[in-house]
Amino acid sequence: MIEIIAIGALGGLACLFGLLLGYASVRFKIEGDPVVDQIDVILPQQQCGKCGYPGCITYAEAIAKKEEEINLCPPGGEVAMLALADLLDREPKPLNVNGMEETLSLLAIIDESTCIGCTLCIQACPVDAILGAPKQMHTVIDRECTGCELCVAPCPVNCIKMVEIPQAVDTWKWPYPIVPLTPEDQESKTEESMEPLL
Amino acid sequence: MIELWQFHGGIKLEGHKSLSNKNPIVQANIPQFLVLPLLQHIGDPTKPIVEVGEKVLKGQMIAHCHEHDCSKRISTPVHASSSGTIVAIEPRAVPHPSGLRAPCIVIETDGQDTWFERVPLTDYMELPPSVARTYIAQAGIVGLGGAGFPSHLKLKPEGIDTLIINGAECEPYITCDDRLMREEPDKIIAGASIIRHVLGGAKRCIIAIEDNKAEAYSALLETAQQQQEQVEIIQVPTIYPMGGEKQLIHVLTGQEVERGKLPASIGIVVHNVKTARAVYRAVQQGQALISRIVTVTGNGIKNPQNLEVRLGTPMHVVIEQCGRKSGIKRLIMGGSMMGFALPNDDMPIVKTTNSLIVSRNDEIETPSLPMPCIRCGACANACPIHLLPQQLYWYAKAKDFKKVRDYHIFDCIECGCCAYECPSHIPLVSYYRYAKAEIIASERDRKKADLARQRHEFRTFRLKREKAEKATRHKQKKAVSDNSKETAIKAALEKSKAKYDT
Repeated sequence: MIEIIAIGALGGLACLFGLLLGYASVRFKIEGDPVVDQIDVILPQQQCGKCGYPGCITYAEAIAKKEEEINLCPPGGEVAMLALADLLDREPKPLNVNGMEETLSLLAIIDESTCIGCTLCIQACPVDAILGAPKQMHTVIDRECTGCELCVAPCPVNCIKMVEIPQAVDTWKWPYPIVPLTPEDQESKTEESMEPLL
Repeated sequence: MIELWQFHGGIKLEGHKSLSNKNPIVQANIPQFLVLPLLQHIGDPTKPIVEVGEKVLKGQMIAHCHEHDCSKRISTPVHASSSGTIVAIEPRAVPHPSGLRAPCIVIETDGQDTWFERVPLTDYMELPPSVARTYIAQAGIVGLGGAGFPSHLKLKPEGIDTLIINGAECEPYITCDDRLMREEPDKIIAGASIIRHVLGGAKRCIIAIEDNKAEAYSALLETAQQQQEQVEIIQVPTIYPMGGEKQLIHVLTGQEVERGKLPASIGIVVHNVKTARAVYRAVQQGQALISRIVTVTGNGIKNPQNLEVRLGTPMHVVIEQCGRKSGIKRLIMGGSMMGFALPNDDMPIVKTTNSLIVSRNDEIETPSLPMPCIRCGACANACPIHLLPQQLYWYAKAKDFKKVRDYHIFDCIECGCCAYECPSHIPLVSYYRYAKAEIIASERDRKKADLARQRHEFRTFRLKREKAEKATRHKQKKAVSDNSKETAIKAALEKSKAKYDT
């Protein structure tokens, strides 16, 4: 008799918890994959497609499914790769495996006198940062340009140039301090600083 | 006698103040060209409201805030500091540690120094505080102690009960506040009462002076007694960094400002003595901020002294006026502890230039070779903010910015006490500046990335929507054409049938 009670009690508990879990999985269901979002936050969102995927989010999905390596993002550079390795507990890998190198932050500039208004670059821009209409001159909204270079190739008259974003007072950063390590270093540094300034 | 408190840490420094505090303040010469940067304060740059070729007068506004409204963003206007012609609006070298260029308005002076129309507001007491505040905002006044925060934003009457006028001047070499307090104590007190009125009548008004400036103290005390103003003149001990806003508040009131909050959150506002005088000039004389007092000192100068310099005056003009010695090796703007070295002297004096230290070889100590950190904790004892400088150094060096943040790097005021005390001679502040800059830059990148993500998501959505719309249009068209075909066939059939029947 006692066996039947035990089986009944445990079975009852099992059913109860099963129902609870089932309810919880419906009630607290998370839309989308949180890991994908975490990966997407690390990626620099240039949407350049240099990884072979159309847009950062698709690359993030591929990484999350463990279908893809974590070192394919040139704009993210080593920083993003290391952050991904840390997040996903994967082995860090050198970046330039396919001859890719870290890219600088660039800005597209349209030579407006050469532009013929073909709208090809507008269609190529992944973030809608180019303004223009058919047979009208186009221009880049520089605040929104990610420097992905996708507009350069489609241009039939080669009027789009990528320029390095110049250093400005408000974006300048204090450099990593370089300290002399040996007395010789120290002497050469001091001598340099002793050159008359004015 | 009021009871004073003590802040944690701090250091005693050699003042080097007697170099420049003996001579009265003199007027600096009018230079041939004035170079006025559009950004001379903390916040957003101004926009020029003049054009090249235009004639301007002294005190005329030449650049205004965004949408001509200084209350929306952190910004304050720029005025012509002498009369002349605008000859250029272009990037010029500005006094910034980077040595980079930034947009400036260049005025060729005519030597007449003719004033623009000045409208004083002598009866400010009868008017609501907002009138005087607008005056101060229009006059382009910023905190003249060196930080350069637009003053009108610190003058909102939001439950302020204590106004502190900061005359501590704790940085070595700098004596401009000292000289000003000795020479124009009446204007400082008048400025303080205007500020008090604008704040909605603060209960207490304290002028704090370090006890190494006895003459300034007695001058202010005498004037305050003569004018019977309700101002407390208080001497504070000479400990660096006494002039730090939060340090001074702590010493005077025993209160500490919460992390990441402004002193206004505990009902206190601090303004520099020079700012008080600028407020006096703006309200009582209708003068915009077009000049400031600059200490020009160091052993590369023949006559170290304080000068009233028009904003935009190139530094070499001022150095020349004080007598340049040969073999100058270093030029520092803003004090020996918290200032930064400039690459050359062809830069303008701006609203935040409180001093120029011009040094020759023998004044510059050869920096000792940095040795490894021995974790002695001398830096933590000296830190006036109760931070752990050794941990900050450790993590900044390892580029572990998350940890640096966890150890509250953004509370660091970069006073340099830790580096001064470090027995291993590690340039600690350089590491903190580096870490702060990296964190700020990565935040900026993150914001840009978020914008790009949003735009990309919207674009994907837009393309999908367009495709769907196209598809429905196509379908409708097809349906319509199918329909018309069917009816046509039917009609033809009926027609032929009718024909056949007949």
